[in-house]
Amino acid sequence: MTCKNGSKEPVFVLTSGEKLCKNCFNLYFERKARKCIRQHELIGKKERIAVALSGGKDSSVLLTLLASITRQMKNVELFAILIDEGIKGYRPFTKKDAEKLCKKLKVKLYVYSFKKELGYSLDEMLKKLKKGPCTVCGTFRRYLLNKKARELKADKIAFGHNADDEAQSIVMNLFRSNNDAAARLGVINGLKKDARFIRRIKPLYFLLEKEVTAYAFLNGISGKFVECPYAGAAYRGEVRIMLNDFENKHPGTKTGILSAFLETLPLLKEKFMKEGDIGFCRKCREPTSAEECMACRLLEQLKKK
Amino acid sequence: MKVYIEKTGKTVNVKAASVNALLKKLNINPVTVLVVKNGTLVTEDAKLSEKDQIKILAVVSGG
Repeated sequence: MTCKNGSKEPVFVLTSGEKLCKNCFNLYFERKARKCIRQHELIGKKERIAVALSGGKDSSVLLTLLASITRQMKNVELFAILIDEGIKGYRPFTKKDAEKLCKKLKVKLYVYSFKKELGYSLDEMLKKLKKGPCTVCGTFRRYLLNKKARELKADKIAFGHNADDEAQSIVMNLFRSNNDAAARLGVINGLKKDARFIRRIKPLYFLLEKEVTAYAFLNGISGKFVECPYAGAAYRGEVRIMLNDFENKHPGTKTGILSAFLETLPLLKEKFMKEGDIGFCRKCREPTSAEECMACRLLEQLKKK
Repeated sequence: MKVYIEKTGKTVNVKAASVNALLKKLNINPVTVLVVKNGTLVTEDAKLSEKDQIKILAVVSGG
């Protein structure tokens, strides 16, 4: 794709070195997301899609794109779910942005909080548990998103994960020799024949974080910059810095990681994920590969403290 | 020129002839930021002058 209008100032340079003006960049971005949805069959002709909305730039860009795409699909319904973990000085800001965006796009928003659903806010949990903040937050967010999306009769949950997020996850699983977890990555995950596990789709999978931020800025989507106070503490943060250094020195590193991973993913899925493999937690009946799900195990630990 | 860095919320005074030079002086990896000149997103080879209003936006996933 080339920017044909030479008179316009370029606003973005792709990894390939190609310079794009605002219009061409928007076209490039939207086409790439649409291609991902089409090629990986992320959205069926008659489906209810729940968007996991945080109010941050990734999920806000995703909701804006999906609202525009599904407007032309008569039998596809779109709604958003926001999980309020209870992170002081962070979530209240992004929640406001999420509410504003849903109102603007006329998308129904459902909000559920850790405190109301689980009895503790994330801040309260982290005072009691000796676990990484992202582990605790991620476990309960996934748990609630799956549960609530299912109760709201969603066929799929769309996440705003971008190419950077996925490249970080791939490298983290590789460094920790965690092939079981790697098998659950990819553009779409979950197995078709499971009524309790709602499949997860990632339409922004092939778009870099910088591209998503640029799209958000150029189209006035994101609100004020607010970073999660727990972000720096995570192992992911270290991997992010490392990959950004590599990307700067060797452009194309992140997309290279994705391409190589996607070639091996079918083998990983074959080895680690088989139809009928997903069991159910003996306590809450939510899907898990263990006898008792991580959410129930953490809740048990919280009650003892 | 005055440069506002969104991530720290601080404004610094820096002399630089281009976005590239500015990021090098501030020791910022270009992959991690977007640079806005007088309200418009610009590429790394964009020229800068003393009168320009510069904002450096962080490229960070929230979650």
